[in-house]
Amino acid sequence: MTAGPSKPPAGGAMLPHSIVLNARQMPSYAYGHRSPIWWGTLGFAAAEGMGFALAIGAYFYLVFINGNWPLSAPAPDLFWSSLFTLVMLASLWPNHMAKRNGGREDLAKSRRDLVIMSVIGLVLLGLRIMELGSLHVRWDQNAYGSILWFLLGLHTLHLVTDIGDTIVLTALMFTRHGHGKRFSDIGDNAFYWYFVVASWAPIYLLVYWFPRWW
Amino acid sequence: MTRAITSDDFDAVPEVTRLATGERGGLPGVQSEADAPPNPDELRDDQVDGPELSARLAKTWGTDQGLIGALSTVDHKIIGRRYIVTAIIFLFLGGLSAVAMRLQLAQPESTLIGPDLYNQLFTMHGTTMMFLFGVPIGEAFAVYLVPLMVGTRNIAFPRLNAYSYYVYLFGGLMIWVAFMLNIGPDVGWFAYVPLSGPEFSPGKRADFWAQMITFTEVAGIAVAISVITTVFKLRAPGMTLDRIPLFVWAELVNSFVIVFALPAVVTASAMLILDRLVGTHFFNPAEGGDALLYQHLFWFFGHPEVYIIFLPATGWVSAIVVTFARRQAFGYIPLVLSLIATGFLSFGLWVHHMFTTGLPQLGASFFTASSMLIAIPNGIQIFCWIATLWDGRPVFRAPLLFVIGFFFIFVAGGLSGIMLASVPLDSQVHDTFFVVAHFHYVLIGGNVFPLIAAVYYWFPKFTGRMMSERIGRWHFGLAFIGFNVAFFPMHITGLMGMPRRVYTYLPEMGWGNLNMLSTIGAAIFFASFVLFLYNIVSSARRGPLAGPNPWDAGTLEWAAASPPLPQNFDRIPVVTNREPLWAHRDALPVVAGLSVDNREQIVSTITHGRADLKESTPEPSIWPFIAAVATAILFIGSMFTPWAIVWGSIPLIVALMGWFWPKPSMEDER
Repeated sequence: MTAGPSKPPAGGAMLPHSIVLNARQMPSYAYGHRSPIWWGTLGFAAAEGMGFALAIGAYFYLVFINGNWPLSAPAPDLFWSSLFTLVMLASLWPNHMAKRNGGREDLAKSRRDLVIMSVIGLVLLGLRIMELGSLHVRWDQNAYGSILWFLLGLHTLHLVTDIGDTIVLTALMFTRHGHGKRFSDIGDNAFYWYFVVASWAPIYLLVYWFPRWW
Repeated sequence: MTRAITSDDFDAVPEVTRLATGERGGLPGVQSEADAPPNPDELRDDQVDGPELSARLAKTWGTDQGLIGALSTVDHKIIGRRYIVTAIIFLFLGGLSAVAMRLQLAQPESTLIGPDLYNQLFTMHGTTMMFLFGVPIGEAFAVYLVPLMVGTRNIAFPRLNAYSYYVYLFGGLMIWVAFMLNIGPDVGWFAYVPLSGPEFSPGKRADFWAQMITFTEVAGIAVAISVITTVFKLRAPGMTLDRIPLFVWAELVNSFVIVFALPAVVTASAMLILDRLVGTHFFNPAEGGDALLYQHLFWFFGHPEVYIIFLPATGWVSAIVVTFARRQAFGYIPLVLSLIATGFLSFGLWVHHMFTTGLPQLGASFFTASSMLIAIPNGIQIFCWIATLWDGRPVFRAPLLFVIGFFFIFVAGGLSGIMLASVPLDSQVHDTFFVVAHFHYVLIGGNVFPLIAAVYYWFPKFTGRMMSERIGRWHFGLAFIGFNVAFFPMHITGLMGMPRRVYTYLPEMGWGNLNMLSTIGAAIFFASFVLFLYNIVSSARRGPLAGPNPWDAGTLEWAAASPPLPQNFDRIPVVTNREPLWAHRDALPVVAGLSVDNREQIVSTITHGRADLKESTPEPSIWPFIAAVATAILFIGSMFTPWAIVWGSIPLIVALMGWFWPKPSMEDER
């Protein structure tokens, strides 16, 4: 049993402490992978990325089962979706700026970048609504329509989540809470946006270009 | 690496540079608030000591009284305890539905239970055991024990953790209330299409099944991510990768399997519910869909699921074997590598559930080979445990007895698994009681016996009291005999051709005696659980006091009080050995300098476990509970109208904003 002058029950007493390290001067937050939130964001991106991968797998499975593709509908229009894609790619730059200015703890520039990102998100949401009107197939028409809407729905869910998150964070930065660890949160929010953009690339190719190449 | 423990074994504490990074928080060249000197008015734990420190920390980390306080708690131990109790209640509910089925099958042409109720019973049994008990129980133990074992004060993302518990609870309640109202699912625990599709299952029964999946999987993924982050970033300084307790390794690998497997069943159940509710055609062959797509998605989750159930159990077994063998684990590194290998291989086996669906021969051969391959890492683990016991001085207390029961039952299940991996044999016994016997040997042997061992082992930590050893021995005897009498005969009834999921059979089939024997065994097994429940309740009230470390175990949870105070540890431990309490018997090396008045804990680096930050962790909040209620309204509403996704998202958004918005008094929390 453990040593100790008084021995209460069978399990011994609490061990005395010997202090070997002092954390007093350690920083109270940090950026990127040093921060637990970053790992949480990565974890959700991994789980959701797996969802995208499985949905894409299901798409190819249905292509393989059916042989001809797309099923009794013309391929979806390119205009709105390509515009959406261009705006998404363009958003990478202000997103990068937001992350950088957050890291510099520059409040004025961070506010500006977050407002820009919020506006871009809302513009993208508008483009997405236009895009959904030019698919030439409904979800209940056949399995092709179903998987098409499924992929776009899945991506829209992520888009909406990130826009919501960005708007709340933007509002937060305009209050007295906008300092300290929030700057690290801006970086994690930007990190999630990279995931939303990266997951769009394969879906765009699959939904809009693959039926033209098949 | 492995060696016997002697009483004067003391591992030297390394110099500070190996325990802390000493890096700034801000990016290079930035004057960051992260590096501001600590507030001199804030009391820190290098200024107080002893009972005063304990009391002050307990106040800072405590949970408020009253209903609002109880629903606002973010203490991983309180949430973990609720998770464990809820999962065990679902185990009992699943067990009762099994007992009802065994009574019906005891004799041919029994009229006790009709076919419709029987269909609901076997669906509820499987669904409950897999989704409401099997996955959550492993995570529940992780929620309680992982923060303690890695030497921190709370789980990463404690509000997410609280939210996940309520979502899980609401999902489980929803499906059981539906069952009580005679709208329980009746399509089997895997709800194959086309049976579960809109054409053959009109009504709401299959919808409840599909939506229960959404609830439990959201909860499961959220906990898994919290556990991964806790293990990666909140380990005590000095806990390098090769000093992580085997239980924590098992829960870490398990969490990764959950993160990558659960999206598959969410995809499958989402497509199913869309087919049923808004007229999509994923699984409708008339419009280009395919029924086997469902099976692929389901089993891409379903096979890893077996390991989601088994991996935490290997963690329980490792912890118990080491403590009761009185030596460090034999083959720590092979054990860890086996866990990781099992995690990876579990994703390569799913098609062996589909051998009778007419696969190409090459595919069948590949999945036969991979199914046999996974026996290798599992075999390595079993041999390492046996070697640990062989070389140790085993103390045969109740937890170890159940672990030994696990060895026998699980290995028997593994052997029938090797048989089933072969396509010709599988085709012959597919959908018979042989398969039922096999997977109950694997699952009850591989999860329930270790679980009972784990309850006996950690009960003193959870409650501060010991369970009765005498009742524990009777419990083991009844459980081991009852289990084998119930399930061994099923191998034979299966080989005699008795199919699964039939509510009765004719006397001429000659299955009557074996079924009666199985029912008698089930009754004995049931009695063992009654005894278990009695032991839990009576020991919690009157058991002898345990003290912090009643088994003289080596891992950090035993350095905390029994039950642990809200702060877990008065100071964060420093780790120099895989079994820190065996290495430091006189005094525990610790970190000082954290706040006493605010919730601070150490954030460390992933591989070397060097202390890096002193970060604050969230205060209690009612918003995760409200968000879970809003989530439940959205999910349940969406079974009745798709518009629920629109109007149901409004309260959810409000709740999430309340969750993330800082409280006026508390600044640096999230």
